[in-house]
Formats: sequence, C-alpha cells, structure tokens
Amino acid sequence: MGADPLGAQSIGSRLMEFLGDLAKWFVENWDGSGGYLQRTWEHLQVSGASLIAAAVIAVPLGAWFGHTGRGGFVVVSLVNVGRALPSFGIVALALPLTIWLAKTVPFISSGLGFLPTFAALFALALPPIFTNTYAGVQGVDPEIVEAARGMGITETQVLREVEIPMASPVILTGLRLSAVAVVATAPLGALVAYGGLGRFIIDGFAIQDDVQIVAGALLVALLSVLTEVAFTWSERWFVPSPLRRTAESKDLVLRPVV
Amino acid sequence: MILAQTNDAFFRWDWVFSHLDDIWAKVLEHLVLTGIALGFGLAISLVLAIIGLRFPKAYPPITWVTGIFYTIPSLALFAFLVPITGFSVLSAEIGLVSYTLLILIRNIVAGIDGVDPAVREAAIGMGYGRRRLFLEIELPLAMPVIIAGLRIAAVTTVGLVTITALIGQGGVGFFILSGLNRFFNTEIILGTGLSVIIAVVLDSALVILQWALTPWARSRSAVV
Repeated sequence: MGADPLGAQSIGSRLMEFLGDLAKWFVENWDGSGGYLQRTWEHLQVSGASLIAAAVIAVPLGAWFGHTGRGGFVVVSLVNVGRALPSFGIVALALPLTIWLAKTVPFISSGLGFLPTFAALFALALPPIFTNTYAGVQGVDPEIVEAARGMGITETQVLREVEIPMASPVILTGLRLSAVAVVATAPLGALVAYGGLGRFIIDGFAIQDDVQIVAGALLVALLSVLTEVAFTWSERWFVPSPLRRTAESKDLVLRPVV
Repeated sequence: MILAQTNDAFFRWDWVFSHLDDIWAKVLEHLVLTGIALGFGLAISLVLAIIGLRFPKAYPPITWVTGIFYTIPSLALFAFLVPITGFSVLSAEIGLVSYTLLILIRNIVAGIDGVDPAVREAAIGMGYGRRRLFLEIELPLAMPVIIAGLRIAAVTTVGLVTITALIGQGGVGFFILSGLNRFFNTEIILGTGLSVIIAVVLDSALVILQWALTPWARSRSAVV
C-alpha cells in the first residue's frame, strides 16, 4: 500500500515503474464489460439523468419564487442545509429509501445500483440550481421589469422573455455547480452497487490495487474538469451575448465541495 | 412511520444507547480531524495570502493552484494519496487541508483589500510600520470576512471528513460506511445526523468567536 522511500529501489525508478503500470492499465482496460469506456458511460448516464431531473424541477420553481420575490428564507435554509449535509450521507440515506421503494412499488425491481445513486445526485443537484435561479431572477433590475410591464406584456412573458434571459448567466452557473458536484459525487454510487468510474477507486481500495485506484481517480478528476469546461463553454449558446461572463464572482459563495 | 421494536425498526434507539462510548469516540475523532485540517489550512492560507498581498503577481498562480485542488473531487484526491501515504490520517489531512485553502486565501485577501484606505493612511500617519499595520489594523478589520471564509471551510470540512471513512478514518462517517455495508439504517442516519449537528455547532461557535473578536461591530449590527 504505502510506498517505502527507503526501499531497495530509488523513488525515481519506483515512480517510472508505477507510471508504466498505469499506462498498461489504460491500454488493457478500456473496452468490454467493466472497461473504463462502459464505466464512463454509466457515470454520464446517472449524472445526466439526475441533473436533468433536478433542472426540470428547480429552474421553474426558482424562477417562480424569484419572480414573486417570495420564499427568500427557503433559499437561505436550502443553502445552509445543502452545505451541512455531507454528500456521503446523502448517498447512504438514499439506499434505505430506494430499498423501501422497491419493496412497495411493484414495477421497481431493485433498490440497489442506479436508483439510490440517481436519488442522491438528484437531491445534491437541486439546491445550487434552485438558489441560483432564484437569485438570478430576483436580481434582475426592477426598472427593466417595469419597462417590460409598461409595454403591456403578461407576467408569464415578463418571466420568460425578460427575467430568465437576463438571469441566464447566473442560472447557468447554478447548473454548472450542480453538474460538477454530481459528476464528482457519482463515484460514491459504487458503494450502493452502481457502476460508474467510482468502481475502480472503491474496488481498488478493497483489493489494495494502487494502479487501479490512481487510474480511477484520474478518470474521475478528468471527467469533472471536462464537465466544468463544457458548461463554461455552453454559456455562448445559452446566454445572450451582452450578458456573458458576469456570473463568475458568484462561484465561491455557492459552490459545494464534494 | 412504523414503530416496531424488532430489527426492522427504522431507527433503533436501543442500538444508539448501547453504543454511546463508540459514538462519543467517533465524534471526538471527527472534531480532531476537522480541527487539524482547519488549523493547518488557516496557517498555510495566512502565509500564502500574505505572499499574495505583498507580491500581487504571485496571487493569480496561488489561486490557480489552490483552485485546481478545489476542483478535484475529494474521493479522487484521497485516491491519489493512498499509494503514497496509505490509509492514514496523513492522507486524510492532506486532502482536507487542500480543500480549505482556496476559500480561506480568497477571504483573507478580500478582507484585507476591503480595509478602508483612509484607516490605513491614518495608521501609517501615526507611524505604524508594515508589520504593526498588518497585525493591529488590517487583520482585525478583516476579521468578519476571514471568519465568514472560515465558517464555509469548517462546514465543508466537517462534511468531507465523513468521506475519509473510505480510507480508514472518517469520524462519524465510520457509521455511514458501516451502515451501508450492513444495510443498517440506524447507523446511516446516526452518522449523517451527527455530521450535520457537528457542522451546525462548529458554525455557531465561529459566529460567537467573531462576536468576541470584533467588539467594535456589536453596537452597529446584529450578529449574522
């Protein structure tokens, strides 16, 4: 397990050997069942599904609360609870819930694997999307909203055509924070018998295989960084051009570490 | 909720009461792991923040590097450390400390940058040297912002400590992992609940600390 720096071999040659094993691992384990292509796909499936489900619920809710200006206390408590609840605990708590669901609901065949992972990631993704959407919509300049109303458009139109586009950089930041948190937490799904890239780390811990552990960690880290980059890039498609690059400063305040 | 007294009870208080010693030991371990991480994190952040303030060119690389640490998923970071430092407290602490750095450095620098230039001028006019200016004027005035950062770092760290159960540490995270392995709800709920309680208590303690450290702010604004 731990390297012994005073061993017969020098640290340099041990490192070279390790890197060689690592390269070999990446060549040998890419395809087939349990290969890292399949694991990456599983990882993306559960992450994508939970993020989309969370966005479908949290964006309209956040926009509506932000539009009416009500429910500020909900936002504050969501932020606080979201920060204090450990992601590991959320994943673990999802398990008894989904096992109970599988027992009660006839068409759910298994309470293990995808379902608890999905439920946990969904719960994890909700707060950043909801709070950012709320803050974004609520923070739209009231004069702009008044001007829109003065032009005689309906409240729904105000929300859809003025407030949401104006708030889009902040909403997208919320989606990005959630997406990165989800991709970074999905490895814990391996603990509730899901696949995904976490399998390599968790199984590597169990069989004390350092090469597999580091390979899994590299893949998880890479996927997180790529998610971050992809969402930063997507700004150019979703945000009207004069509003781009204004949401950066919000990052540190709301971002969960997982 | 079902109030059965047998094994399928949703939460078994009898288990909790018969394991109070274990629970207390894990809570203490959790506090120690968190405390060490915050202590070292704060010390390192102070040094790096001072470097960043003295040499503004060094600040972007500092935030860049600590930002990378912040982006790496915790499980991956612990996994990178395991081949080097094994299933040890050291692995846990290296990971935990690295997650506090970005938050603390940014808040220390923001706090000190936010000190009213007029106050700084007045102190310099009164003959304060750079060191006294920093220790007696800038640092105390920046305290609310620094403690705001410390609160985020503390709550985050308490949560991350639970994950170190996977590398043999974990504090109350031990119960979460054990509950998962044994399908025992009581342990899962207990571990998660205790983690939340520890986070809230620590956060409140820091609020009180801020109140104690900034007597001048009491009359003007309520404690947030």
